[in-house]
Amino acid sequence: MTGLEVDLEGAIGAMRVQVAFRAAERPIVLMGPNGAGKTSALLLVAGGLRPARGRVTLDGTALFDAGAGLDVPVERRAIGFLPQRYALFPHLDVLRNVAYGIAAPAGERLRRAREALAELEVDALAARRPRELSGGEMQRVALARALAARPRALLLDEPLAALDASVRRETRRFLAQRLRAWSLPTVVVTHDRADAEALDGEVLVLEAGAVVQRGTLQALAGAPATPFVSELVGP
Amino acid sequence: MEGRGAARGDLAIRGALGLVAGLLFALLAFPLAALLLGAPPGELVRALRDPAVLPAAGLSLASTSVSLALIVAGGTPLAWAIARGAGRRWRAVETLVELPAVLPPAVAGVALLLAFGRRGVLGPALARLGLGLPFTSAAVVMAQSFVAAPFYVQAAVAAFRRVDPDLLFVARTLGAGRARVFLTVAVPVARPGLTGGAALAWARALGEFGATLMFAGNMPGRTQTLPLAIYTALESDLRTAQSLSILLVAAAFALLVAVRAGRRS
Repeated sequence: MTGLEVDLEGAIGAMRVQVAFRAAERPIVLMGPNGAGKTSALLLVAGGLRPARGRVTLDGTALFDAGAGLDVPVERRAIGFLPQRYALFPHLDVLRNVAYGIAAPAGERLRRAREALAELEVDALAARRPRELSGGEMQRVALARALAARPRALLLDEPLAALDASVRRETRRFLAQRLRAWSLPTVVVTHDRADAEALDGEVLVLEAGAVVQRGTLQALAGAPATPFVSELVGP
Repeated sequence: MEGRGAARGDLAIRGALGLVAGLLFALLAFPLAALLLGAPPGELVRALRDPAVLPAAGLSLASTSVSLALIVAGGTPLAWAIARGAGRRWRAVETLVELPAVLPPAVAGVALLLAFGRRGVLGPALARLGLGLPFTSAAVVMAQSFVAAPFYVQAAVAAFRRVDPDLLFVARTLGAGRARVFLTVAVPVARPGLTGGAALAWARALGEFGATLMFAGNMPGRTQTLPLAIYTALESDLRTAQSLSILLVAAAFALLVAVRAGRRS
């Protein structure tokens, strides 16, 4: 079975977060109000938080299995993670940020880092420091960095939320098109219905840690299960 | 009428505050001025030719360098563990590590003697190994490290706590194990704070007097650092004490300027 299969439950403070999905050809779009547990769900999958029960499997290999006591460390999961504010390393230039996750001899590392920057069309930024970049540039560099490490799945936490409205539309189109080209199992957290439309994935709506509805945007619009969903898909 | 009364009250309070602030400033500034301006420069330079000066300066430089190396090498991972550690036990470790910073130096001296002195807890064991610690240059380093390390560890813990956890987590998703994340992300990102802490610790080690006197003694050429040489010179030649003091003030001032400059860049 290919793709990222997740079926888990974790305790985050007083809240129980419970999600189940399979991300493969089409992305999973995780939506929900603030504090619904969306970021926590990503961390549970990536290994930043430890689920209380359940399984995480990537391309048929188990990464976490509470029953079997299996918990592969974060650094060996090959799951790329893009946090909301991108978390570029402030002490490294763009090229070395992207090279950080590449396991290869020095020359090869920089060559592959340049390749990844070119893939995201930001190779001109190689010598810059993160603090000199605009939000849209940071996002592309962070994506290049995640991609350069050759992950087998990608988790993006509100990849467009930190951007100005003026660059968000263009970046959204670019991101959706790149994700299709890479065809990696991908989970995207977003607040914005326009993101879900552009990504054309299966939408999971999370409220208070639980999935209240799932399906395409159209299906959700046809029969919204909660007031939040109807506001999300409403006119 | 009421308004004018309030204005007059305000003026009186400002006057009183200004007076006490000025008094404290004078208390801080006047001795320094006396130290720097109280003698002709030629006489001060001549006083530095005292035979005790060079060995004391050399020992201070060497011992504080070794102390600082030990403090940074051990204090950095310790601070990282404290900053990352959660729960009561780590809070207790943190408090314990910070305690020597507020201990009276005399207490530090007694504690070091009771631990490593000839009749201390580890004394007999050390003696069997042929390691008599008290009254050696090693004891100077131990006394300096004991009182100065907390300054570094405290600053390093604070610096590590300010590192964005997202940076550390993303580094791990990029394939870096915990040790690599510590060395290649946490330490470089926290470096301004670490440098500031190291500067403070070095200044504290350089000025160390009480614990060194009690645990290492005051033997010229062996355990007599600059502060101890000042203490000794005071009994015979005030000018030598003054010259050495100016030397230490200059070192402290240079350090302050360097830290300020480092913080700005």
